[in-house]
Order: sequence, then structure tokens, then C-alpha cells
Amino acid sequence: MIVTRNLTKVYGDIRAVEDLNLEVRPGEIFGFLGPNGAGKTTTIRILTTLTKPTSGNAWIGGFDVVSQPQEVKKMFGVVQQHLSLDRELTVWEVMELHARLHGLGSRERRKRIAELLDYVGLAKQAERRIGELSGGMKRRVMVARALIHHPRLLLLDEPTVGLDAQARRRIWELIRRLNSEGATIFLTTHYIEEAEALCHRVGIIHRGRLIALGSPLELRLRLGLAAVETLLDDRVHYRYFPSKEEATAYVQSLPPEVKMIVVRDSNLEDVFVELTGRKVEDGEDTEG
Amino acid sequence: MVKILKDSYSVWWADLRILKSLWQRFLITSLTSPVLYLLAFGFGLGRGIEIGGVSYIEFVIPGIIALTAMNASFNGAGMKLNVDRLFYKCFDELLMSPISSLSIILGKSLIGVLRGLMVSSAFLAIGLAISSTRITPLFGLTLLLTCFTFSFMGVLAALLAKSHQDMATFSSLILTPMTFLGGTFFSLRDLPGWLKMILHLMPLVHSSRCLRAEALGRSFPWASFLVLLAFGIAFFLVCLSVLKRSSV
Repeated sequence: MIVTRNLTKVYGDIRAVEDLNLEVRPGEIFGFLGPNGAGKTTTIRILTTLTKPTSGNAWIGGFDVVSQPQEVKKMFGVVQQHLSLDRELTVWEVMELHARLHGLGSRERRKRIAELLDYVGLAKQAERRIGELSGGMKRRVMVARALIHHPRLLLLDEPTVGLDAQARRRIWELIRRLNSEGATIFLTTHYIEEAEALCHRVGIIHRGRLIALGSPLELRLRLGLAAVETLLDDRVHYRYFPSKEEATAYVQSLPPEVKMIVVRDSNLEDVFVELTGRKVEDGEDTEG
Repeated sequence: MVKILKDSYSVWWADLRILKSLWQRFLITSLTSPVLYLLAFGFGLGRGIEIGGVSYIEFVIPGIIALTAMNASFNGAGMKLNVDRLFYKCFDELLMSPISSLSIILGKSLIGVLRGLMVSSAFLAIGLAISSTRITPLFGLTLLLTCFTFSFMGVLAALLAKSHQDMATFSSLILTPMTFLGGTFFSLRDLPGWLKMILHLMPLVHSSRCLRAEALGRSFPWASFLVLLAFGIAFFLVCLSVLKRSSV
């Protein structure tokens, strides 16, 4: 559904995306995991035709994003990281504008908008102005809007950023439901639990480069499924083992001066830290 | 062509919905300045003055109509687009829709044209009540062209602006000089040649000349009409070029 070959975007001295080679398969939820500034949003902007790559290529559904932008635009629906809604319009009007832009006829528009507002649980809010809605509701309007033209691909840039736990769960349910109904989903996130909870495959991006690719389980297996944290000399040390049994055996061999011992499942945060030496939440020095 | 027009209407449609809900407030606030100009310059300073054989009030009304069309069109198209781009960030949604740049520019300009026509027509109604201003098809055509020209200018300013302050700066540096030097309140005829030449670079000068000529029943300055048309086409083409180059 999405293919990129040596995709690169350079802003001045900053290489926001570098030699990105990626393939997102139809029907999967693919997560692009990385800290703020790693190049996730730049990649989305290139895929959505808002930004031209410096070099390399990207295709959506076989169409080149640079030379065939109109065909590409019909393929995807997008939910941007920031709120991108005209706050002076009502929920229905936002939906209707988007339906018109995608060429839906009058009867089809009405039916589709009613259907989608019901789908995202906003049917009763249809006549309310966007400015009057909560953050979670606005995000759901954006999801509904992105679906208006039955896109085969949904691009979600940090879909739950800034939302409370309940609103986040609601968006997750929505994403799973959309995927189960056939939509391919490409999402970017810097939330580890989001990538683990939702994605069939995850690409880890760091300083514009793809540094690991696989299912959450595959990525953890490379490191070890069990993690042991120990506090020694005022520093936390991490060790990884293929199984809990091996981790437990290691713990039993530790000297008595080790103050704290935690045995737990490893996660994608561990994978990221091992690969980059920093945490996902730390962010990057660059924009992107 | 049909698709371009249909898509332009779709872009325009959203702005029309907003205007529909606040048109009375818009009309009252937009008429405040021209009515104050009429009172201050027409009835205050200009009382008893004649220019070129007509009373000052007859002279100034077509100029204020041009000025009103300029401000309402520029702000009507530019300010909303500026907010959409930089504050609401919903302009990207248009860029990611399968519609042409041409439709986006036309659609975003049409709201400025409509706002310009609404306010200038309302002021024209006041003008007709207190003067013998003539309305002719050429008067209407010039007014429409004025609205389109300044609407495109507003869209261009909004596309180039990197902040809300940039729009205010553009207004101060471009619109304010035109307001006072664009042939609205005095005739350019007796000005020194070099100054006249500079002032003729302002599209408002040509709009005022055309509207005034028709309103007062004088021969129509076709050269000015063509210059105004050229400004309109130029602003439109630059808008298109800026929008096409905007994806960096």
C-alpha cells in the first residue's frame, strides 16, 4: 500500500528523513515509532503530498506522491497531529465540506456523514460548532472526516497526542475497528504502549533513519522477552534474557549489595533504548 | 472546467456558511469606516468645495466605494485564509484534497469578492440617497473587477504571511498608503508628474478613476480599466505560483 525507496528530506543542515525504505502491506496497522523530531511527521507530510522529498520516491497504491498527487490524494484519509478544523463551522459542516471536496453527491453526502458521525459517536453533536467540542471529540471529528471518501489507507499522525486515557482508548478502539473492516493504517506515535497495543508491525525511526522493523514481538525477541532492572552504585542497570526462567536464574546469582531488582517483560521502549541509548520521550534535537 | 468551478464552489461554500451566520454584524462593522470617511471628508472638510465642476460629496462617493471594495475584499479573503492557515491549520486539508490549485485560489477569493460587493453596494445605496451618483453596467463591471483584484491580493498576502503580524504589516505598508493616496479623497490631476507616476502604480487609483468617471458621466478611462485588469491577473497568477511552490 505504501512503498518508499531511499526517501530523503533535507532542511538546510538537517536531514529530517534519510534513505527511508519502507513497505506497508495492505490490511495491516503499521506504526512508525520514534521521539518527537525523529522524522515521523515529515514522512507523513511527504506521503500526503504536502512536502516534496529532496530525493528518493514514495508510492501510495502504486501512485507516485510527487508526479501523481491527485490520484494519491484520493487513496488516503489523514488525521494530522495538530487539530486542523475550522472552529467556526459545525461538525456537520466540516464533514460536508470534506465530502464536497471529494466529489460526493448530495444524497450520498447526507447518508455518509450521518453514518460516520454515528460511527464515531458524535451523531448528537452534529450541529455544534467545533470550538465548543472537547479535545477527544475534535479528534474523532478528524477521524470521521478522514473516512468520508472510503479511503483504502488511513494516515494517522500521533492520533492520541494530548488526549486523556479514556479518549485515547476510544480512538484505539476506533482504529482497531477500522482495520478489522479492511482499512490499512499507517500511524506515527511516540507512545510505546500505543505501538504495542495497536500495531501489527512497527518501524523505529531515529534521527530520520529507520533503525529497526518488525512486529512488536519480533523486536522484543531480538533483545530478549524478559528484562531485569537492578540498582547498583546509584545507577539502574538493564539486562535482557530470552525467558523469565533465565532472568530469574540471573537474579539469584546477583550479589547482596544490589539494592533493587525488578523482573518484568521487555517492551519497545527497551528496544529503542538499546538501539539509540536514549528514551523515546527524550525527543530529538531536530524538527520533523 | 466544470470540475474546477464545482471545486471552487466547494471551497467557497464553507466560507459562505460562516458569512451566513454573521452577515449583519459584518455589514455594520465594515460600513463604519466608509461612513466615517463620508462624514469627515464629505460633509466636514469638503463642504462647499468643488472639484472639476462637481461638488466634493459627488466626487468623493465613488472613491469611497472603491476604497470600501478594496478593504472588504482584501480582508474578506485574506484574513480568513490567514487564520485558516496559521491558526486553525485547516488549509492543509484543502491542499490534501483532490482539487486543483486553481480551484483553491478561486474558491478562497470568492468570499472576498462577495464581502467586497456586499459592503460597497450597501455604501452605494447610501451614496445614491444623498447624491446623484450614476450606476451603469461599466460601473458594476469595474466594481466587480476591483473586488476580484483586491481579493486575489488578500489571498496572496495570506499565502505569503508567516504570522498574523505579517498581515497587519502588509495592511500598514500597502493598504494604508492606498487609502490616503489612491485618488479617493483628492484628484491626482494637479500633483507633480513624478508623484503622479508613483501613485499610478496603485491599483486603487485606477479603480477610483473608472468608478468616478462612470458615476459622474464622464468618458470612461479604458487605460485605467486595463491596468486594473492587469493587476488582477498578475495577483491571481502569483497566487497560483506561490501555492504550487508552497510544498517544500
